[in-house]
Amino acid sequence: MLMPRYLRNLIIALVVIGVLYGLDFVFQGRMMNPYFSRILMLSGIAITLAVSLNLINGFTGQFSIGHAGFMAVGAYSSAYFSVSYGASLAETLGGGTLGWAVALGAATLIGAVAAGLAGLVVGVPSLRLKGDYLAIVTLGFGQIIVVFLNNIEAVGGARGYSGIPIVKSFFWIFLIAIVTIVVVYNIVNSAFGRALISIREDELAAEAMGVNTTRYKVMAFVISSAMAGAGGVLLAHFDGYLNPKSFEFIKSFEILIMIILGGLGSIVGSILGAILLTVLPEALRGFAQYRMVIYSLLLIILMITRPQGLLGKTEAFKGWRARRRAKTRTETEEITAEDTRDQESVEKATLGERQSETSLGEEKPR
Amino acid sequence: MSTFLQQLINGVSLGAIYSLIALGYTMVYGVLKLINFAHGDVYMVGAFMGYYLANGLGVRGAQALGMSADGLLARGLLGSGAMEPSLITALAVMLLAMAICAALGVIIERFAYRPVRKYSRLTALITAIGVSLLLENGGQVVFGADPKFFPELFKKRNIELFGGASINSADIIVLVIALALMIGLQLVVFRTKTGRAMRAVSFNLQSAKLMGINTDRIIAFTFALGSALAAAAGVLVAIRIPRIDPLMGILVGLKAFVAAVLGGIGNIPGAMLGGLLIGVTETMVVGYLSPTYKDAVAFAILILILLFRPSGLLGSVSQEKV
Repeated sequence: MLMPRYLRNLIIALVVIGVLYGLDFVFQGRMMNPYFSRILMLSGIAITLAVSLNLINGFTGQFSIGHAGFMAVGAYSSAYFSVSYGASLAETLGGGTLGWAVALGAATLIGAVAAGLAGLVVGVPSLRLKGDYLAIVTLGFGQIIVVFLNNIEAVGGARGYSGIPIVKSFFWIFLIAIVTIVVVYNIVNSAFGRALISIREDELAAEAMGVNTTRYKVMAFVISSAMAGAGGVLLAHFDGYLNPKSFEFIKSFEILIMIILGGLGSIVGSILGAILLTVLPEALRGFAQYRMVIYSLLLIILMITRPQGLLGKTEAFKGWRARRRAKTRTETEEITAEDTRDQESVEKATLGERQSETSLGEEKPR
Repeated sequence: MSTFLQQLINGVSLGAIYSLIALGYTMVYGVLKLINFAHGDVYMVGAFMGYYLANGLGVRGAQALGMSADGLLARGLLGSGAMEPSLITALAVMLLAMAICAALGVIIERFAYRPVRKYSRLTALITAIGVSLLLENGGQVVFGADPKFFPELFKKRNIELFGGASINSADIIVLVIALALMIGLQLVVFRTKTGRAMRAVSFNLQSAKLMGINTDRIIAFTFALGSALAAAAGVLVAIRIPRIDPLMGILVGLKAFVAAVLGGIGNIPGAMLGGLLIGVTETMVVGYLSPTYKDAVAFAILILILLFRPSGLLGSVSQEKV
């Protein structure tokens, strides 16, 4: 690869956008059963939510169960923007696809920023807490957000917020999902990500090694919230109707179950979990009333038999990356010694994985 | 003034129920360091057991017996006729519901929590969420999703107090029974051998095991005790407000957990105090501010307490060690 890095990434991005745009025509419902395309798009939204939650729960090890609250902030703020200014903004830009794309982009940005700010407000005080306490505080904040939404008349209060412009766009939903995945993937494979993982593995040790744990935790939380907000934006514009009820902690649990099912700390796992948990209820529709019972039984059985989730911490791209790195090294003529070192590092990584499976969230002796 | 007094009475009555549930949270947290999310749903099951028992053996049975056999026994046991109808029925219903839920608690512990005890606490927490969802959704299938109305176990009467406030006889019963149960719990925990073992386990599970305590049995006993108290709370709530549904345990359970944290989790008197404080604050907010913010109160208190005194009002501060 002689191409500069940014150029290569730019090309990849353009190709992805092109492919998405092409698939958009297929999956928009014109050439496909609308029911299937609906499930497909809901899976895309679920992927955004699950992958973003995994950043804070899976990689940073901070057990947050208030994700639906940030989703709600993103959904409502963007919906308010779209209802009040969206149409006029699109009109001033010519009213065509471009105008609406800009209006939607602005709505997404607003939703993400608002949710990120909410994440900051919630995160700064509550991330001082650990484990169960953090879980229950985030849950509390999530509930408080719902109570407030129930009381804000400008967005419909308990009646729900209707009249939001409906955009069922495969392109948009999966673009956001892919951006989320790429962002989380790059964070996790950076110095920032290693700091986060060190916090998960042992917070005291991380702090002793000079990691500013509070700062990193808050940053991860804010990024995670902002992406949840973007997921909320997608949801708000998907059905054109919002109700505070749909953001109660049951929703948070749902997203949580997705990432646990797939494996905390595995991006591929979250994607798989998100798709599974969106498709599974549809597949179980025949047993409508037993659906949730089966669901919860599955969760308990999964925890008893495979507590690390279906995929544990395995990452699909790990092997690929290592191989590619090895290949680049061969090209720059550092052949045999490097290869053995790579082998070693892979071994070390698996060893660390095995250790971390037992140490995740474990209580220190008092 | 009368509003204040009235809200105080309502608050204490509500708070007593929160306290009973909070005790279960606090005891389980004490021995296992686990937030038993399913606890609120055990309370729901308790209310439904009370509902079926009351319909099965209580009110209808009493009416049938009272009409056919006018014997002293029927009157005394089931309370028909002109006397205050059937406090004894109410008690019998409550005790039976408590027994059933104690068994339920032991089953949950045995089949869901014990297998995951060897894993991390996070796994246990998620399992607890799973059990909670199972009880809620299973409840909707078994009991039906729409609300049911609890039969009147005894005649309710309003007693006028000074200053225009009034107290319902149901509230008095709730308070008396709750108080009796809490005293009973104190006796069990501080005056019996099993109670001492419980305290030992909550102090240090490993050492307790080394001292020859059968920790599995003690943990199961803790679950039985906590679940029985939750069931009592369920029946008492149903006596006060007769509307019950399979999802009634979610919010109440969370608030009771907040009460346990407020008092200092793992601390039994703390749970009682926390429950009362949450109950009173909540009714005060309803009375003086707005009922719509009722459900945010407990969580706002929780956040404040965790930020300023994370070990709770009566809890002891523990130092974090490597």
